[in-house]
Amino acid sequence: MSCWQTIQDYALRSLGIGERLLPREDFTLCEQVTLIGSGLLWNIYFGTLALLAGFFLATAVAVGKGARNRPVRKLSEWFIFVFRGSPLFIQFFFAYFLFLSLKSHVAFFDPFTSAWLGALIVLFLNTAAYSGEIFHGALRAIPKGDVEAADAYGFSGWSRFRRIVWPTMLRLAWPAYTNEAIFLFHATTLVFFSGFPAWRQKGDALYYANYFADKTFNPFVPYPILAGYFILLTLVIITLFGLINRRLNRHLPQEARRGLRLRVNVIR
Amino acid sequence: MFEFCTDPETLDSARWLACYLTTGKHANFYISFGTVLLLLAITAPTALAFGFGGAMAARSRVWPVSWLGKAYIALVRGVPDIAFFLFFVIALDQAFEWVRHQVLCPDWDQPIRQGNDFVVCAAAKLPLSSAPQWVHEVYGFFVAVLTFAIVFGAFSANVLFGAMRAVPRAQLETAEAYGMSRRQTFWRILVPQMWVYALPGLSNLWMVLIKATPLLFLLGVEDIVYWARELGGTANPRFTAYPHGDWRTWYFLALLVFYLLFTRVSEIFLERLMRKLTHGQATTGGMAQAKRGGA
Amino acid sequence: MKRLIATAAVLAFSAGMGWAEETVRLGTEGAYPPWNFINDAGEIDGFERELGDELCERADLDCEWVTNDWDSIIPNLVSGNYDVIIAGMSITGERDEVIDFTQNYTPPDPSSYLALSKDVNLDEAVVAAQANTIQANFIAEKGWTLVEYATPEETIAAVRNGEADAVLADHSFLAPIADEEGDLVLLDRQERIGGGVGLGVRESDEELKKTLDAAIQSMKDDGSLNELIKKWDVATTF
Repeated sequence: MSCWQTIQDYALRSLGIGERLLPREDFTLCEQVTLIGSGLLWNIYFGTLALLAGFFLATAVAVGKGARNRPVRKLSEWFIFVFRGSPLFIQFFFAYFLFLSLKSHVAFFDPFTSAWLGALIVLFLNTAAYSGEIFHGALRAIPKGDVEAADAYGFSGWSRFRRIVWPTMLRLAWPAYTNEAIFLFHATTLVFFSGFPAWRQKGDALYYANYFADKTFNPFVPYPILAGYFILLTLVIITLFGLINRRLNRHLPQEARRGLRLRVNVIR
Repeated sequence: MFEFCTDPETLDSARWLACYLTTGKHANFYISFGTVLLLLAITAPTALAFGFGGAMAARSRVWPVSWLGKAYIALVRGVPDIAFFLFFVIALDQAFEWVRHQVLCPDWDQPIRQGNDFVVCAAAKLPLSSAPQWVHEVYGFFVAVLTFAIVFGAFSANVLFGAMRAVPRAQLETAEAYGMSRRQTFWRILVPQMWVYALPGLSNLWMVLIKATPLLFLLGVEDIVYWARELGGTANPRFTAYPHGDWRTWYFLALLVFYLLFTRVSEIFLERLMRKLTHGQATTGGMAQAKRGGA
Repeated sequence: MKRLIATAAVLAFSAGMGWAEETVRLGTEGAYPPWNFINDAGEIDGFERELGDELCERADLDCEWVTNDWDSIIPNLVSGNYDVIIAGMSITGERDEVIDFTQNYTPPDPSSYLALSKDVNLDEAVVAAQANTIQANFIAEKGWTLVEYATPEETIAAVRNGEADAVLADHSFLAPIADEEGDLVLLDRQERIGGGVGLGVRESDEELKKTLDAAIQSMKDDGSLNELIKKWDVATTF
């Protein structure tokens, strides 16, 4: 079977499109690369959606943690503490358990025990907590002068937040937030590994790498392929976030931009 | 453990629980908490050393060294830790044995790779196959520490690299103006000052490291999660004197509490450390200045 | 005691060294009752524990037990971290290409289905299995709806809570569960998937394989193996 044929059969196998049976014997490199790449679609799906949705919740809890209202502050603090303080796989375990029991009472929760929704929710909450902490640190680091200047120009309330505080917070938090994005994409490999069941052999990149390692008994081929994919993915993330970073800092003179980049890890 | 534990079936629930929680299997569970803490205690400084080495290499003016340092940081950071653990330990172990084989058995005439098998001479085995079990376990633990240190070393190298560059240029220029060599400037000015910039990033790494310990079982170390799974699963009366249903929820709840407490304690400790590091340093002002954007 | 011809050769070189006692390390999973599991005392127990100890006794080997995760049990064997796999491992063609098996010490154990009721239509049912097992492969090939879990415990839980309609696994693993839990029943249908169970050794360890083969044969001959199988109820007897 030619490699092109393999790609046609298996490139979308993780979504259930194409050949139903996975390769059984005489595993070629092409099959391994194609199927593991196919599984990567799920990692990208989980990572991207969780990150996008998590971004908004993160902003909310970051503001919440600094709020003067005590219940709001305590709630945000506890949310961040619980999700940052426990390993992801324990969160998966309890979420799965919770969704199962909800499902038996309310039909609405039926899809929640599937990875595409259930695991996404856990990853969303998880990244919201981590990013929330980063944003909170950035909020505290916003120079007083910026806010005072905003006041002087007559900004207040929502418009001051949206036009002044929020962009500055993003600028300060961005390097650490990039790290969080990388960690999140890496964490998506845990979904099927210890968390949610895989239906009809539709899994993520690690699921297929595991499949091949188990069939060939040779971990030195599939896992390095997986590693290669993730290095590429990480490079893409760094590039995209770098572009956004440039846009966030486009008003600054060249030298100050460098200065910002230098403090990559100060906040996180 | 207790004398009344001989016949668990006849016990009332309080005594039953007391006996149940003191079985040898549970003792293993409790010991594994110590294992995890010990591993963290050894891994953290080791990873920091790797990170320091990596950051220094990345800063080097000799380009192959700096290229090597940067490649280490970029490659290892780019790979999910699970994927790394799944094949790296075996590779590391084989690499050690291969080196020992070359040194100890130069007269060996058979191939090391025989089909799928990796065969080195008996003297090169690590540990020797005649070694007692505890040596094997210590060795396994050591390899796990090393693997963790390599992974988290890359992350801390990244943090330290950033921190070294965050130390205000003026500080270094002043040192040079006083006639310090590049080496002296590095060790006497840069290194003592960089920690305050590195600490937030390192603290975060520590938190991530704590939460990576459930992956220890992949490295052959029986950690708390392994035992929680093992103990929490349905216990069939045919195989145990203490049968019970699916109790994983309770065991994982205990783990959750452990991890949350550990995180809290770490947070408090790191906060104190941060205050201490900032105190008395010329950087308190410098920090505020740096925050304002551009030193 | 010379389990490697090579070992002898090396030892011959090092004249000063004493004749070090060679230890044979037995690798098992420790999570698969009644074959192998961790007992209340925290020790490896089960059919294979008794079998392994007896085989070592008969072959006059000094044996040491180690546990290893199922997923990496073969890579760690070929890498030399232990010398024998004794973990209820069925002799299959694909495994045989990578490692060697001794003769089987149990006849093929059929795979059974465990479900909440006897009238499950497998063609339309959701069938659970542990990920990456021969049972998972079997279900996938049948074209049924397969759902895979990371551990055996979770596959049973899935049937209990209705996520899956049935679970396919080794009969000897499911039977004690069906006995204990009234709600769960075994279907009448069984599948013959695996071969018998044998000890796995490295292909380069010809000597050790022969030694163990002889020991298994002697247990088969005097009937002690059948007694052990009956005692733990792991399979049919020879």
